[in-house]
Formats: sequence, structure tokens, C-alpha cells
Amino acid sequence: MATQHSRSAARIMMAPAVILLLGWMLVPLTMTLYFSFKKYLPLRGGDLGWVGFDNYVRFVSSSTFWPSVQTTLIIVGGVLLITVILGVLLAILLDQPMWGQGVVRILVIAPFFVMPTVSALVWKNMFMDPVNGLFAHLWQAFGAQPVEWLSNASLFSIILIVSWQWLPFATLILLTAIQSLDSEQLEAAEMDGAPPLSRFAHIILPHLARAITIVVLIQTIFLLAIFAEIFVTTGGSFGTRTLTYLIYQRVLESQNVGLGSAGGVYAIILANIVAIFLMRIVGKNLDA
Amino acid sequence: MARAVTTRRKAFNTLLAWSIGLLIFFPILWTILTSFKTEAQAISDPPLFLFFDWTLENYAVVQERSDYTRFLWNSIIIAGGSTVLGILIAVPAAWSMAFVPSKRTKDILLWMLSTKMLPAVGVLYPIYILFIELGLLDTRLGLTIVLMLINLPIIVWMLYTYFKEIPGEILEAARMDGAGLKEEILFILTPMAIPGIASTFLLNIILAWNEAFWTLNLTAAKAAPLTAFIASYSSPEGLFYAKLSAAATMAIAPILILGWFSQKQLVRGLTFGAVK
Repeated sequence: MATQHSRSAARIMMAPAVILLLGWMLVPLTMTLYFSFKKYLPLRGGDLGWVGFDNYVRFVSSSTFWPSVQTTLIIVGGVLLITVILGVLLAILLDQPMWGQGVVRILVIAPFFVMPTVSALVWKNMFMDPVNGLFAHLWQAFGAQPVEWLSNASLFSIILIVSWQWLPFATLILLTAIQSLDSEQLEAAEMDGAPPLSRFAHIILPHLARAITIVVLIQTIFLLAIFAEIFVTTGGSFGTRTLTYLIYQRVLESQNVGLGSAGGVYAIILANIVAIFLMRIVGKNLDA
Repeated sequence: MARAVTTRRKAFNTLLAWSIGLLIFFPILWTILTSFKTEAQAISDPPLFLFFDWTLENYAVVQERSDYTRFLWNSIIIAGGSTVLGILIAVPAAWSMAFVPSKRTKDILLWMLSTKMLPAVGVLYPIYILFIELGLLDTRLGLTIVLMLINLPIIVWMLYTYFKEIPGEILEAARMDGAGLKEEILFILTPMAIPGIASTFLLNIILAWNEAFWTLNLTAAKAAPLTAFIASYSSPEGLFYAKLSAAATMAIAPILILGWFSQKQLVRGLTFGAVK
């Protein structure tokens, strides 16, 4: 059916998207690589020449690097753990027969549609504020000392905010996956007297494995890049400086472009490692 | 589901699910409620839930003081513009990949997806510098282009999965009946593709509306959309909870409503068709 004529037409139809994305990828990437080998301080002398791998070495040997890696891992790991575990439980619950299922689903999904700056600011001020926040009122009602969330429990607070934003995503995808489960299989297991826990472990969880992997991979890529949630809450202080935020500070705040670009290359490599795994799964799905 | 369920079990599920649902929704509900309070009531101890003097004053103040409509307009133009532009570029590409697949189609699709994985912060400075050089910094045009580019892979993917579902036999049947390429596209494919295009449009409006890396870093006063407008509330002066809530409510309301319509598309779009 595909003639020579339609093949060349297809190529022309694809060209704009391919060329644009190629440019979007190659131009900035080349520039980042270029800057990463230079001592480049736009506000203090500009281009000060080639320095080889100096920026790469300095970026990882600076005292801020390892703490930022640790912070990144804690935030990404914490959010993944919370969203996947609660997501599985919520998805199972939402799959049960109940009244007003549609409305509950809407309530659960809603946080995903709130823009990151809004959710961060609402949590910061109206819930976590040590004087006027709802948590402070709640703590006082029980006679406890209000907590300074964003300075004394900063990582936990960020994890809470980000988990709230991403739980709907995990729940929705896992729910979609659960709904494709063959209910006869579950019924058969129930008839055979399998207790709920073993039905969960032997039927539901294996069925969800692929969806969970996808949730983990996609969220990891987005979570490695979270920015606004830190930008408007702590501004990277109190131990919340992630790798992304550190690079941002190097590049735009202290205008050390060479150093920041080397950090950027590290971030790109890191994201690509995760991406490879995601692409494998998605690619396999294309063949099916 | 064919399983017989006792009413008691159903009641229990309902109660549990509603409690959790309301708990998750609570921050949004609380924000909406607070936007109708006076500033004094907004921080009253104990907190007031429903019994306060409902007022619309905050909405008027936010509009007057910070010119909300200007930010709203920027958001609409940037999110809408980038989505329309993206779809115009993606439709032909997804079309040809779905109907005239070649050996490389899969590689091209996966490569497009990989550009989406590029961490923004890794290319922040190059884009920043290019924007200054090209006079695009703090312009709606510049942001529209960047948001179009970052969402283009998702748009292509979504359209591709929708177009894939259009059966090729229909085209052959039409050709037998003597339809030319133009008739084929105009009268057969387009009507079948419209629902997919509409879903893609919806999801991408949401993604572009909420994007908060480039919109914060590439705008200042002129082209700032609602994400940046809200961020300006991070350094407050005096009493501001009620006004913050009013501003937040206005920023999220349009997208919350759109979002409720797009739950299904969300799964397909954000998992690149891997979960349907």
C-alpha cells in the first residue's frame, strides 16, 4: 500500500517536527557542552578561556555537590515510596463498588491539575506556617508546640507537598491498570478460598508490576527536575538544595556558567540513565 | 463487576473512599473557602470552616492590585498558542507515522520521546542566552515556542496512538469507491481523528498552563503567566492569606474544570500509550 510516492510524502510531513526537535535538542546541548569546558563568568570577565575538565572536577568536588545528590535521592525516593504505596492502596479502594465513585475519583485526581507554584505556596502558608498555618492550630489543639515545618522538617515538608501533587498521577495510572484485570481470575481465587492478602500478592500485584514500573520511571524523570516547589518555599536553603536547584543557582544566581554547565551535563546523563529503562518498556509496547 | 457485594461492604467502601478523597481534596477546598473570607477571618484561631462573612472583596483587590487579567491573558495565549502550534506541526508527522510506517518509525518515535527527558536545567543557560540574543526574553512569543517544543513529543505520541486506532481498511474501501487522497483526508480521516486531536489539545493545554520552570526563568513583568504571578506571592507583605487564596483559586479554576474532562487522556498521554 505504501508506494514510493506516499513514502516521500510521509517524509515531508514528518520533516517539520523532526527538524524542530533536532534543533531543540542539539543547539542547546552543544552550547552546554561548549560552556562546560570553559571558565565563563558573564558578570566577572566573561569568557576566560578553555579549562578542560576542570569544571567537571570542581562541580563534584565542591562541598555542595554530595549533599545535593543526597537531597535529590531523599526527595525522589521519598515521593516514589509514598506515591506508589498509597497509589496502589487507593487504586484498589477506588476499584471497589461504592456510591459516588466518579466524584471520589475527581476529588483524588484534582491536585494533579494545581500548578506547582500554587500548591507549594498554599502548603507553605496555609498549612505549614508555624503561626497561622492549619497544622500549627492542630498541634496547639493537642497541646503540642507548633513545628517550623519548612526550616526544621524541610525535606519532609517538600516530600509531603510533592507527594500530594503526584499521588493522583500514580493512583490514576494504577487504577487504569487494575480495571484491566480479569475479574474472573479474582473470583476464581476467592472461590478457592484464597484470603485477600494472598489474592493481592499473587494476582493483583503481579498484574500491576508493569504499571508500577512505568509510574516509577516517569515520576523519576519529573521528580529529578522539580523546581518551582523549592523555588517558592525554601529557595534551596535548610538542606533542600537538589541537584537541579544547585545547577540553577550556579548558572543564574552566581552566574558561573562553566561550572553550572558541567553540572547540567551530569544532570543530563543521570536523566538519560533513567530514560533508557523507560524507553525499553515503551518501545516493547510499540511492537505489541 | 459480577461479584455480589453486600450493602454493608459497599457502605464501608463508600465511607472510606469519601473520607480519603475529601482529605486529599482538602487543601484545594480550604483555599477556595479562604478566598471568600476577610483577612482577619482567614487567620482566625480556631480556624473558621463555613460560618464566616462570605465576601468577594479579595477577588476585587487581587484584580485591582496585581492586574490578574493581564497574567491570565498571558497564560491563555502561551498555553493555547503553544498547543495549537504543536498540534499543527504534530498532526502531519503522527499521521504519516501511523499510516505510512517505515522501519525507522519506531526509532523516530522513541527518539522524540527522549528529547522530552532532557532536563530543562541542563540547557537553561543556552536557552537564556539565545533568548537575550534573539530578543525573546520576557515575550509571549518566546515562551510559546519553548512550551511548544517541550510538549511536542507528547503531542506527537498522543496523536500517533489515536491515529493508530483508525482502521486502515476504511481507507482502502474508500479508495475502491473512487475517493482521491483529498477526499480521503477531508471526509474520512479527519472526522475520525477529531476526538483524538481534541483530547490531545485538552491535555496539552493543562501541561502548558502549569509549566513552572521556563515560565519562571524566562519571564519578568511583561509576559509572565499565572505560574509566575502566583510565585510573586512568595514574599508576602502583611495579611495576605485571603488574597493569596483568591489569586490561587483564579489561577487553578480553569484548569481544574478542564482536567476533570481529561482523566482518560491523562493516562494515555503521560504514559506515552504504555497504559491505556
